Amino acid sequence: MEKFGFTISKGRQIDYESNDRRIAEYIFEREPSFRLCIECGGCSATCTTGNLTQFSLRELHILIKRGENDQVRQNIRKCMLCGKCTLVCPRGVNTRNIVVLAKQAFQKSDEYAI
Amino acid sequence: MSKQVIVIGGGVAGLEAAGQLSKAGIEVSLIEKENKTGGHLNDWYKLFPDRRNSSEVKEYLDGITHHDGIKLLTNTTIEKFNSNKSHFSIITNEGKELTADAVVVATGFDLFKSARKEEYGYGIYDNVITSTDLEEMFRKGKIVLSNGNVPKTIGIVHCVGSRDEKVGNLYCSKLCCVTAVKQAIELREHLPESKVFCFYMDMRMGGAFYEELYREAQEKWGVNFIRGKVSEAGEAIDNKLIIKVEDTLAGRPLKMEVDLLVLMAGMEMSEGGKKISKMCGLNTGENRFFAVADHHYGSNRSNIKGVFYAGTCTAPMNITETISHARAAVSEVMDYLKNVRK
Repeated sequence: MEKFGFTISKGRQIDYESNDRRIAEYIFEREPSFRLCIECGGCSATCTTGNLTQFSLRELHILIKRGENDQVRQNIRKCMLCGKCTLVCPRGVNTRNIVVLAKQAFQKSDEYAI
Repeated sequence: MSKQVIVIGGGVAGLEAAGQLSKAGIEVSLIEKENKTGGHLNDWYKLFPDRRNSSEVKEYLDGITHHDGIKLLTNTTIEKFNSNKSHFSIITNEGKELTADAVVVATGFDLFKSARKEEYGYGIYDNVITSTDLEEMFRKGKIVLSNGNVPKTIGIVHCVGSRDEKVGNLYCSKLCCVTAVKQAIELREHLPESKVFCFYMDMRMGGAFYEELYREAQEKWGVNFIRGKVSEAGEAIDNKLIIKVEDTLAGRPLKMEVDLLVLMAGMEMSEGGKKISKMCGLNTGENRFFAVADHHYGSNRSNIKGVFYAGTCTAPMNITETISHARAAVSEVMDYLKNVRK
């Protein structure tokens, strides 16, 4: 079939029911502090990657929790695992470990294998 | 013979409790560690939400404690506490013995020591100050930087030492948000040319007329509110302060230069209160404030019969709540003296 370059654009909505939250569950089980984020943005403010590129750890948290996995997978590689996010967090969230676990989860999942 | 009660602490709670007790015919010994009463009220210039002068409240408290039944002991601390069934005795730092039928603990709070949040540079950079430092400037009517210049851009950091696991304080101090709003308005009032930015995690405007004050700050005074926790402050070569924060609503990191940075220090259990809790065997909670017997209907009672709490030694409270809590403590004391102790 001839391709004319038309596509059907995906909606902007987060489709909560059909989204796959297994990555989030994997992290919840292994890093309970994942539940404690209050979206203050301290991690993103101090993050070197976030200051230089389109990367927000705070946003990443939410995207994982909502099951927006494609976006997470694209972004997560940018983290250098320096751990400054974990140092500033007022809620004691081990953000560094969350990134590590997310990478692990993606690796283990056939669907999202990096 | 009239009953005797010792009130420990001459701040808002202690003064109110002493005043109400003496009205009810009780002989009160009021112990204050400083050379004058009033506690933190003396450090504050104007009060939220109506911005009345703090001295008006002090006058009211001085009025009700001007009573023959109150023996005021300033510059006094407690060295020893003894309880024998329902009889209490206290030895002061001057070796004086005081006896009583009941004790009201009103040891209040200490402001969080902002230098502990090293990343904000209090005590390192000259133009990083706390909310109390700013009150002192308002009182003197002169808001200036360390070099004598007038600040043009001012940042206010909420939640310094509150809601922060890194300093061991999980609780919200409750009053810093509205203090920030009040001080932002006052800054704009004193310095009409200035720009003021509040950096907050959540705006907790739970008290009477707080939300209205927040709205006034936006509507009338043009105060800017940015949602994000400041992660650090640094100093540039021209003495300006550079702060880093995520503008979480824009979803992007934000860098800003300010002339003056004001830290909204939270409330902590006072050092005096900690000492007394150890000396008397009074229980404290996870947040280090005194643990009350029941959160709903026993917030003035302690784990020792005859020892009661009043005010911010149990939790962060504003002045209205502190005065109500002190009056409630007096009602508990009267009930105890009349019906329990006999």
